[in-house]
Amino acid sequence: MTATTEQEKPIPGTYIFDGKAAMKGYALNKMCYSFNEAKNREEFLKDEDAYCTKYGLNDEQRKAIKERNVLGLIRAGGCIYYLAKFSGIFHLSVQDVGAQQRGISVEEFKKLLKDEGE
Amino acid sequence: MARIVGGLTTSHIPAIGNAVPKEQELKNDPYWKEFWAAYPPARAWVQKVKPDVAIVVYNDHGLNFFLDKMPTFAVGAAPIYRHADEGWGIPTIPPFKGDQEFSWHIIEALVHDEFDITTCQEMLVDHGFTVPMSLFWPNASYTDVKTIPVQINTVQHPLPSPARCFKLGQAIGRAVESYPKDLKVVMIGTGGLSHQLDGERAGFINKKFDLMCMEKIVNDPESLTRLSMHDLVREAGAQGAEFILWLAMRGALTGKVKKIHSSYHIAISNTATGVMVMENAA
Repeated sequence: MTATTEQEKPIPGTYIFDGKAAMKGYALNKMCYSFNEAKNREEFLKDEDAYCTKYGLNDEQRKAIKERNVLGLIRAGGCIYYLAKFSGIFHLSVQDVGAQQRGISVEEFKKLLKDEGE
Repeated sequence: MARIVGGLTTSHIPAIGNAVPKEQELKNDPYWKEFWAAYPPARAWVQKVKPDVAIVVYNDHGLNFFLDKMPTFAVGAAPIYRHADEGWGIPTIPPFKGDQEFSWHIIEALVHDEFDITTCQEMLVDHGFTVPMSLFWPNASYTDVKTIPVQINTVQHPLPSPARCFKLGQAIGRAVESYPKDLKVVMIGTGGLSHQLDGERAGFINKKFDLMCMEKIVNDPESLTRLSMHDLVREAGAQGAEFILWLAMRGALTGKVKKIHSSYHIAISNTATGVMVMENAA
């Protein structure tokens, strides 16, 4: 590949889940993928630390899991489609998750969405 | 011969999957009212045309496929497709009928056409597939039609380009037309329109871009195939990249295409939703 073209300029506030992220986040995403099964969600809730160890999460990933920090999880290689299964355990909607990443309240986030339709 | 009678599009947001069983009670709910209003014309068309087979172009969000093996294009060849727990409690629904013989015809035609697809004799289908089917065939009446899932990777970049997905659709269109059985086939493109779930730009919606796409996809889809994936992510949001699924659907409509219905609504969850019905005449 040659130098980044004008068109491929980074998009602010947007993380492309590419091969680099997929390698970095493999253990984290694999853990989140396991949450498709109810028994795994229960096992995680019983002992989060043990479950993170079982899947081999690194310190950065464990910290973000502990803090329920979605941006932190994405920076640690998390892919939003698998992270949705993690946030689902705590009944967080995509609007809750969106508001958290924007650093605004859910009400403010809802208003932002509504305004985009005006 | 089999023929493609038309194309349908709809968003497939998980929240809709939760709302589907409650459609009657949510009919006049302020949040849902406008969303539901889009579907009666589409359902009326489906009931009038009565397709025998639905080819559903969708993206798996981490139910059937994981990063250990991530196909760019996967085609179902199973007798039956089941939904399953996706991790956050969408109610699972009755299974979908497959059509193995037709699937294999399409698979053979696609590989002959230089699309190196993955074939799946077992395949769980997630909300990307189940929500559209439940919307167009309410009360699980989708059991009257056979289905062929066509799954496109939108999870892990590099994703296939808009142009490539459109060409895949064209190849599916040719494959259907060469199938000797007298079947009416509907193409379904699911997902979109603009939305972004992740990053500080979460909640991004681009009404102007969406409306342009809904206009161009009817009679000038080639103009949309000039977009790069990066263009699509920038203009439609990280998950708005799902528009490639609409383009694959549209590629298969090789005849004279007429818009029957189109509606657009902001927002369900974080997503601008679009419903379209396009008829494909020989």
